[in-house]
Amino acid sequence: MALQPFLALGVVLFGLGLFGALTKRNIIIVLISIELMLNAANINLVAFAHFSQPAQIQGQVYALFSMAIAAAEVAVGLAILLAFFRHRNSADMKDVDLMKW
Amino acid sequence: MQTHAWIIPALPLLAYVILLIFGKRLRETVAATISVLAILVGFVLAVLVMQEVATNGPIVATTFNWLSFGATTITVGFSVTSLNALMLVVVTLVSTLVLLFSRAYMHKDDRFVRFYQYLNLFVFAMLGLVVSPNTLQFYIFWELVGVCSYLLVGFWYYKPEAAAAAKKAFIVTRIGDVGLFIGIILLYLGTGTFNFNQMFQGSPVSAGLGHSAAALNGGLAMPWFHLHGLMFAGWHPLFGMSPYGFVTLCAILVFIGAVGKSAQFPLHVWLPDAMEGPTPVSALIHAATMVAAGVYLVGRMYPLFLASSGASETVAIIGGFTALLAASIGLTQRDIKRVIAYSTVSQLGYMMMALGVGAYVSGFFHLMTHAFFKALLFLAAGSIIHAIDTQDLFQMGGLRKKMPLTHITFLAGALALSGIPPFAGFWSKDDILSATFDSGHYVLYAMGLLAAFFTAIYIFRVYFLAFGGVAKTEKHAHEGGLAMKVPLIVLAILATLAGFINAPFWPELGNFLQDRGPIGYDPGANYPLMAMSAIVGLLGIWVAYAVYSKEGRAERMATRMGVLYKLSFHKWYVDEAYQFSIVWLVMKLADVLNFIDRWIVDGIVKVIGEVAYLGGVSLKYSNTGQVQTYGLVTLVGLLLLVAAAIGIGGVL
Repeated sequence: MALQPFLALGVVLFGLGLFGALTKRNIIIVLISIELMLNAANINLVAFAHFSQPAQIQGQVYALFSMAIAAAEVAVGLAILLAFFRHRNSADMKDVDLMKW
Repeated sequence: MQTHAWIIPALPLLAYVILLIFGKRLRETVAATISVLAILVGFVLAVLVMQEVATNGPIVATTFNWLSFGATTITVGFSVTSLNALMLVVVTLVSTLVLLFSRAYMHKDDRFVRFYQYLNLFVFAMLGLVVSPNTLQFYIFWELVGVCSYLLVGFWYYKPEAAAAAKKAFIVTRIGDVGLFIGIILLYLGTGTFNFNQMFQGSPVSAGLGHSAAALNGGLAMPWFHLHGLMFAGWHPLFGMSPYGFVTLCAILVFIGAVGKSAQFPLHVWLPDAMEGPTPVSALIHAATMVAAGVYLVGRMYPLFLASSGASETVAIIGGFTALLAASIGLTQRDIKRVIAYSTVSQLGYMMMALGVGAYVSGFFHLMTHAFFKALLFLAAGSIIHAIDTQDLFQMGGLRKKMPLTHITFLAGALALSGIPPFAGFWSKDDILSATFDSGHYVLYAMGLLAAFFTAIYIFRVYFLAFGGVAKTEKHAHEGGLAMKVPLIVLAILATLAGFINAPFWPELGNFLQDRGPIGYDPGANYPLMAMSAIVGLLGIWVAYAVYSKEGRAERMATRMGVLYKLSFHKWYVDEAYQFSIVWLVMKLADVLNFIDRWIVDGIVKVIGEVAYLGGVSLKYSNTGQVQTYGLVTLVGLLLLVAAAIGIGGVL
């Protein structure tokens, strides 16, 4: 197999994730979209690691790191979401405007 | 002793520093004692210095290098000449008495110690000015004197008149100072030195100087500069001027400084207003310190004036005119201190006139006698004001019985001022008038004589109104304490007898000042002229008696004089003229500049500030807090940057 299909998959996933993160109103969906983007990056890492000459292991290692960080990030994100929900009784991105002027 | 002459100005400075450090914690008596003692010791030293100058002659200036640039080294130090020595004695003597008097006059004032601080600084500045060996140091002390006068005239700053008078004194003398400073710079450019005795060093007046001093001076030595002959060997006239023109320009500029300090005609307006200060300050300013500085300046720069007949004529004319003008104003003022103030302006006019016609000795002789009798008159007036709390002559009266000592001392001062023999003023004023007449200035002589007539009238007007008649206030008038009496008595004795040190039959002062050869023009005794001055003085007293000894006559006289009375009472409208010309013009100019500054210069700055502020405010509302919007904008920006990078073919 060639490198390009993997990269194409990564681009598509990243694009979907970005679109979701910027447009979806539900915070949970936004968090999921961010996970999509991270996984797109992971695919790239693994693919580049696999296809480089000579093959290297660092890509896979980084992907594992990235997954661990993603898990931590989701935990924090969900915690914030919970706190926000208790505070504002809403899970809508439009209501997350505490930092406005 | 002369090598220690620097101690004399240092003593009041020391007293000033002590009072400054201990400030309010000092009791009145202690502060006054320290100050009086400091200056009294200075007086004793000054007498010793004078004695030594008289026997051994003056030493050359003692100087230290201050800073060097190019070929010029600026020095500081002190010098003693016979003129300096005389000034030191007069200044310290009068200052001692005034400071003693202030002890009683300023008693219980909240800022008693502060007052003595200023007085000490004032005396220090004046003494420093007197011993300065170069123009630059002279100028520094000159300005210090100005600052002190500002502080003291405005001592009761909570009175609006006093604050205004202090400002006026400072600003008006400032105008003169500008002239002096330009003069000093020009002299430096012309001679390459600031030192008095180098400035006037050189060969005798050469042919290059057509109108030489020779005419006035007989080509004689300038002894008090330790020189033979006049200057101008090393002089480089500037701006393509002739040497004579250049010297005249410098002399006139220097004289403008003297005009400001010594309250001569165009700039005389500050001195009468300075009466708002406490009376001892007036005495000090008028007798010993401030106004004498201008006359002293002309004396110190005398070769310059001798070298230019144009400049000395100017000095003489301004002096004569001022003498007459101020005397005519003094005739009608209602405030006792104002009358005496105008008298000072007038007497300073005499001194300037004397120096202008070349009568160097007469000028300084008059400076000395005037210092005594004017201090006396002011302190006596202070004693009256202290006793009855008014300065209006027409509310006084009948003080002869209540204040016998003040009465007798004031009378001595008044007789001296009127020029009645044998009082001090007679000898000195007569010297000036004789010199004016003998040197051929007949018009000036007539003006001086008329001024002398007015002088006798106005001072005896004060005398008859204050001491004659009946009391007009209920206030119980009484003499002040010992601190008031002693200065009055000492000054009265001096005002009576001081004239004899330069009487025609015993010209000691003249010999002292001219210890190295004659300076300027020294008239011999001229008995008809002497008799003339005395008669004019007596006539003036008689007129004053006729008009002011009886109630009601003065008013009738005033109405009969009509316009003349109004002119005199309103001081010839000089203040008003300045108000409507110079002050108005400057105010308008200031308004225009204020407009430009406020609306154009500040405007530009403010517009820039406003733009930034408005930009900030409007951008503020783009901060919606919507993370998704931010993200989108960031994305668009990133894409734009990438597009731009691709467009220009990469950024690396």
